[in-house]
Amino acid sequence: MMTTRVIPCLLLKGRGLVKTIRFKKPQYVGDPINAVRIFNDKEVDELVILDISATMEGRRPDFKLIEDIASEAFMPFGYGGGIRSLDDVRTLFKLGVEKVIINSYAVENPSFIGEVANIVGGQSVVISIDVKKNMFGKYEMFSQSGQKKAALDIEAFVALMQDMGAGELLVTSMDRDGGMMGYDTALIKKIAKLLDIPLIACGGAGKTADFLPAVQAGASAVAAGSMFVFHGRQRAVLISYPDQKIMKKVFAV
Amino acid sequence: MIVVININLGNVGSILNMLKKIGVKACLSSRSEDIKKAEKMILPGVGSFDNALLNISELKLMDVINQKVLNDKTPILGICLGAQLMTRNSEEGSCPGFGWIDARTVRFNFDSNPFKLKVPHMGWNQVRQLKDSLLFRPSDEVEERRFYFVHSYHMICDNPADILTTSHYGFDFTSAFARENIYGVQFHPEKSHKYGMRLLQNFADL
Repeated sequence: MMTTRVIPCLLLKGRGLVKTIRFKKPQYVGDPINAVRIFNDKEVDELVILDISATMEGRRPDFKLIEDIASEAFMPFGYGGGIRSLDDVRTLFKLGVEKVIINSYAVENPSFIGEVANIVGGQSVVISIDVKKNMFGKYEMFSQSGQKKAALDIEAFVALMQDMGAGELLVTSMDRDGGMMGYDTALIKKIAKLLDIPLIACGGAGKTADFLPAVQAGASAVAAGSMFVFHGRQRAVLISYPDQKIMKKVFAV
Repeated sequence: MIVVININLGNVGSILNMLKKIGVKACLSSRSEDIKKAEKMILPGVGSFDNALLNISELKLMDVINQKVLNDKTPILGICLGAQLMTRNSEEGSCPGFGWIDARTVRFNFDSNPFKLKVPHMGWNQVRQLKDSLLFRPSDEVEERRFYFVHSYHMICDNPADILTTSHYGFDFTSAFARENIYGVQFHPEKSHKYGMRLLQNFADL
């Protein structure tokens, strides 16, 4: 049987890992290479690393650091942050990255996604969207690490990305980020029903019991940050990942 | 020395990373001199069927690879598209495959399936071993065999004796085949933690 993928989603700022709350207050949580080694030992299904400062600083991905991470990642490894050219994509694949994750540049230049899918195959192209509710309760899409509102209709954008050949959609709820109170299942439901490609839900997971509602809302995979790097009420930094036996129970309906 | 055949497609970095991790000597090459000397070969592949075969032709590697596999009986492991290239043909393209295995490659089709499963089949899945093979050894000490898959096409073997493992996605499909010196796996051992490390180690130890 296929198992639902459970994906640690780690944020890079400079050369360190951070965890945010509602996309703000980045707190240092450790060294990325060390974290990847621990996630290897714990046999995580897949790993996502997003450089949240690359686009903001107007720079390309930190290829040296990504190479060091990839050489330790014996699981599927997706990278996002600052990807703006086919050369970036080719370099990332050569280093051992499995999937490229694109957010800001997909908003700026949607046809770029088609070009990327052509050279690496759609299964390796993940579009990331960051979504926040406005004060009227309407979902709005943001790019540039949540800094810039994208003047685009979410539904139209998602459909366009799928048409361009994107293979997966990573949907992050900015409101739920770091809150550890569960996923925004309404958001997942709203977007998943528009998609043929898999949706990865992110933002809000606090415990393994949060996973199933996201899957029932239409997510094909679940991602989480805080839950895998913090421990206890004091939010002490401790990397963890549920073992296979627990995971099987979690997803058994 | 294992030669990972470089056909300018796919994520070869991760195969070399894992071989290095388990201490197996390997190099990446698209030169026929290197391939001629290879003790074992790995045919990787992410990308499209025709693209891969056209690249192999352009690199003028068709004859040397055929020679090594069919005459010298050098062990070869195809990974994902690399395994599909060993079949006769694929619904993904119009180029003929190597055809070393009596098999064809077809697209997952769930049109008539009430659950409309997503394509590609992406994620971790178990494999069920149907015959003995040195690729999976009793000494592997794994409680189950699970691997990472990502593919939209799957292989159908004419000869059931060639099937090494099956996996279930809507139905049972061939997830690995083995015949003499020729091995093909639909999954990605290089992205499958210790399960993949054992398999690559076993291949290196053949």
